[in-house]
Amino acid sequence: MNNSNPADQGPLWEVFIQAKSGIPHKHAGSLHAPDAEMALTSARDVYTRRGEGNSIWVVPSHLIVASTEQDAESFFDPADDKVYRHPTFYEVPDGVKYL
Amino acid sequence: MSSKDAYFEFLIRLGDNSLILGQRLGEWCGHAHQLESDIALTNVALDLIGQCRLLLTEAASVEGKGRSEDDLAFFRTEKEFRNNLLVEQPNENFAFTIVRQYFFDVFQFHLYSSMRSSKVKFLSEFAAKALKEVTYHRKLSGDWVVRLGDGTEMSHSKMVDAVNTLWPFTAELFEKTAADDVLIADGSIPDLTEINQNWKAEITSLLAEATLTIPDTMGYAASGSRQGHHTEYLGFILAEMQCIPRSMPDAKW
Repeated sequence: MNNSNPADQGPLWEVFIQAKSGIPHKHAGSLHAPDAEMALTSARDVYTRRGEGNSIWVVPSHLIVASTEQDAESFFDPADDKVYRHPTFYEVPDGVKYL
Repeated sequence: MSSKDAYFEFLIRLGDNSLILGQRLGEWCGHAHQLESDIALTNVALDLIGQCRLLLTEAASVEGKGRSEDDLAFFRTEKEFRNNLLVEQPNENFAFTIVRQYFFDVFQFHLYSSMRSSKVKFLSEFAAKALKEVTYHRKLSGDWVVRLGDGTEMSHSKMVDAVNTLWPFTAELFEKTAADDVLIADGSIPDLTEINQNWKAEITSLLAEATLTIPDTMGYAASGSRQGHHTEYLGFILAEMQCIPRSMPDAKW
């Protein structure tokens, strides 16, 4: 009777929450759901219970294309030693949020 | 019947429905088949407890005998509760819980939609606030009804069982008493007969989508809660819910 096989919980979905309008959706976590509509419903229940959300995206996890650990060196290391690439040489004006 | 007594009876009826169903749903906490459903059902339970608090607080103030919402929730006996028999039925399995919830959510949805135009300020404001929650509850339970009814052979058969067992408890949601007559006449509450028509139309159409059918009960319908006559389940719910406040009446959170 008990549904103990995790595979039976439906496919995995990644959940992205936008906290306020105008700012980017951020990855919040993942969940299982049988289809997109139920994934949205569950995302609302699991990740926005305390007023965290303004908008939700759900994406089937298998559609996410990810970089691999082997790529890490060639992808990210070259940026480390070029200080001039980092926008740290100007003052952030007062009142600018979410930068 | 005075309009004050009628109003008190109506508030207790709505408040007890939310309280008892909230308590029932709380039993799922930590036990649902997946984390997502566990949290979803508990969320609904908390919304219902929130509704119950507003309703019983208003009831206590209307009554004017110095009782609080907690006195009403924890120090009334089974025969004084006016919740519908439907909401005290046991959780059984996820199919039962979902069908019970869907029947009740659609009822609340149509009742509160109409009640927004009540001439009683508390009722119209309460209905507008609660309707947002109920609209979500109804979507959640309705989505599950379709997916389980039109799902696997196993889920379909459990849903058929649930619909057949719970259907006879639904007519009672729309039973009117002398209190309803008073409150309908002065524009305080909607007429449950009209709510019943909207309810039936929506349920029939969604059950069809879920490949489920309304059973023929050959005229039988369970009844009694309007007079405080309950099924054997309510006593056990109250025993669990009331045991702490009754053994330590002055305990504070």
